[in-house]
Amino acid sequence: MSTAVQEHVETSASGQAGVPLMTITVRIRRYNPEVDAAPHWVDYQVTADPTARILDSLHKIKWEQDGSLTFRRSCAHGVCGSDAMRINGKNRLACKALVKDLNPGKPITVEPIQGLPVLKDLVVDMEPFFQAYRDVKPFLIAHGNEPTRERIQSQKDRDRFDDTTKCILCAACTTSCPVFWADGQYFGPAAIVNAHRFIFDSRDDGANERLEILNDREGVWRCRTTFNCTEACPRGIQITQAIAEVKRALITRRVI
Amino acid sequence: MAPQIHTYDTIIVGAGGAGMRAALEASKRSRTAVLTKLYPTRSHTGAAQGGMCAALANVEDDNWEWHTYDTVKGGDYLVDQDAAEIMCKEAIDAVLDLEKMGLPFSRTPEGKIDQRRFGGHTKDHGKAPVHRSCYAADRTGHMILQTLYQNCVKQEVEFYNEFYVLDLLLHEDSDGTKYAAGVVALELATGEIHIFRGKAVILATGGFGKVFKTTSNAHTLTGDGMGIVWRRGLPLEDMEFYQFHPTGLAGLGILLTEGARGEGGILRNADGERFMERYAPTIKDLAPRDIVARSMVLEVRDGRGAGPNKDYVYLDLTHLPAEQIEEKLPDITEFARTYLGVEPTTELVPVYPTAHYAMGGVPTNVSGEVLADNDTVVKGMYAAGEVACVSVHGSNRLGTNSLLDINVFGRRAGINAAEYAVGAELKPLPAEPEQAVVSMVEGLRNSTGHERVAQIRQELQTTMDQNAGVYRNDETLAQAEKDVKELQRRYRDVAVQDKGKRFNTDLLEAVELGFLLDLAEILVLGARNRTESRGAQAREDYPTRDDVNWQKHTMAYREKDGGDDGYRIRLDYKPVIVTRYQPTERKY
Repeated sequence: MSTAVQEHVETSASGQAGVPLMTITVRIRRYNPEVDAAPHWVDYQVTADPTARILDSLHKIKWEQDGSLTFRRSCAHGVCGSDAMRINGKNRLACKALVKDLNPGKPITVEPIQGLPVLKDLVVDMEPFFQAYRDVKPFLIAHGNEPTRERIQSQKDRDRFDDTTKCILCAACTTSCPVFWADGQYFGPAAIVNAHRFIFDSRDDGANERLEILNDREGVWRCRTTFNCTEACPRGIQITQAIAEVKRALITRRVI
Repeated sequence: MAPQIHTYDTIIVGAGGAGMRAALEASKRSRTAVLTKLYPTRSHTGAAQGGMCAALANVEDDNWEWHTYDTVKGGDYLVDQDAAEIMCKEAIDAVLDLEKMGLPFSRTPEGKIDQRRFGGHTKDHGKAPVHRSCYAADRTGHMILQTLYQNCVKQEVEFYNEFYVLDLLLHEDSDGTKYAAGVVALELATGEIHIFRGKAVILATGGFGKVFKTTSNAHTLTGDGMGIVWRRGLPLEDMEFYQFHPTGLAGLGILLTEGARGEGGILRNADGERFMERYAPTIKDLAPRDIVARSMVLEVRDGRGAGPNKDYVYLDLTHLPAEQIEEKLPDITEFARTYLGVEPTTELVPVYPTAHYAMGGVPTNVSGEVLADNDTVVKGMYAAGEVACVSVHGSNRLGTNSLLDINVFGRRAGINAAEYAVGAELKPLPAEPEQAVVSMVEGLRNSTGHERVAQIRQELQTTMDQNAGVYRNDETLAQAEKDVKELQRRYRDVAVQDKGKRFNTDLLEAVELGFLLDLAEILVLGARNRTESRGAQAREDYPTRDDVNWQKHTMAYREKDGGDDGYRIRLDYKPVIVTRYQPTERKY
């Protein structure tokens, strides 16, 4: 079921002259509990610049065809974490997924991230996700007297947890995890990433508290290292590795 | 259905850097609620990249007086110098406070907070660029937003996420004194209206970059806080001063930090020439943003632009070691790769100015209190961050000073609001306090008009880009004024397709557009009225700064009188506070 590719030559959104526009089909999982008995797929034809973001196509549909299409978005360049969606079966940010990379000759499917209750169309209830985040004490715990100036931290110690400071709490990882789909009580990768960010921070004294929390039945041991989270992360965080490091710290009771 | 009523001491509207910094102070001292249109970590503070300046002197000699001088000069002498002095002095503690809260700053070899160069920040009053910007790679804003949110979680700050505040409730005593009494909010998830009564209200809603087409701002930056205040008859200050950041990704407007030039990046025209040497011989590519943005536009106008349409210039990082780029500028490198398909370590990056930051906004004093005129305080009413105009940025903000502003004045507003609230009484609510919001929302929902939100917004952004951009003149501004007026008229006939209650973002965008149209008009009128060039306001027909007539702030008031909708804008002025630095010609 390929869609005919119609070509126009115009200046593209990214300022590269001469990139031909194409007509794509975006197949969106729609659900408005105010009127729909069940979720259903709706196809939209839209003209798109292949170098543009799928978010641009969603906007074009909302602005020109159906104003009721509902999704979250804000920064539109991958730093705010609002627009994680399941696009062609993979979790991505709609503002970082370019049309040309989504096999646009065929319909591009867009559905809400999985494992969280759908509130309307692509909008899910983020509260369970943020609750798991809050549960791991995602803040610096430092005992003793505060120094008058900054705490000293070597570049090497700072680098130790750099990767996990990149998290934007978009939930792409957690909602790509089969363990989370099966068991909504599992903390999920994002919460563990944010625990890691503090456990391995040389300024922090709360590692043991957090490790105890993650030693729980619904903690790190549920991870089956399927790597879905690492693949889904729009920030390129090595999540599976971070989870493994937390597991190792639990076994050895050493944070290095 | 009667709206739900919630009662707090302090109500904070907005959960970006300023709102959350305020919340950390206010919630320690008073019963505090934070109402936010977005989940807190979605706020646009997170998009800031290059750093936060403070004269820590960790890398080289520096002091807060030099920082103050740079801020005043950078703002082209429209800065209120008492406020700038406070900001630059308190900057040092503001950075140290963030470090103690856990912010993972990049470090020097000795393990101190590292500092980098940034536009307009100099040693000893302009002698050379100075290492003053404290940073965390090129995601300093992200780390500030995350750190503040983490500390709000630690302190169990009470958030109302995805509550869109649409009205401010004021009370007026018999002697004419105005007081904050609360706000009215739309709960996006349900479409229900809520009233939040409070003794103090802090606005921290950010800017309004979406009046322009090419902008670094998020879709959600629609000037809601400024618009609410304006419609309640309070003034807005210096709205004509809107900053264009020199290095937006060409055609897209996505921000590439000035830190790229701080790390040694160079701007080049189509001939490969480092053109900033001609415009700012001493500090070249690290001149303030207004100067760099104008220079880039002139290069393009004079035919030295690059690309098939000769409409951008290049940011050159190719001479920097790849490891330095990867370590210090990883995010912007990825933006260039993702969105333009350009490899910054080996290729030149196409860039052009992008609408970035409102220097103007809701006038406040240095305590964060909102002003009803040049000096009368609205009791219990505070504002901080981009929504506010203290004015520490004057006519042109220096890079990094916004992250500083939100921390210094967010903190001040939080402390002062809570201290006021615990000693104050709740003011009575007006009869049917929700009425204005209900009629606006239901009016839009039930409208049978034929105008579309997206169409009007696109036309607004196009005329603003073309006629009120980096360079302006009376003719272009007159055109913008005419266009905005016409779009405001058409807006009255706007309709939404989504008639539902739940997560009605169609309706939300219609409301946001209303605010954008109000603010665009004030910007354009102020720009047209100000017959000089100063900072971000570059008038082709008045190319020089005129201190005799124009070293003063513009104060815009919405007054009931004539006009299509029964209102007109009156422009007035407020003197600039000068303490240490008399205006001199601005050379870099």
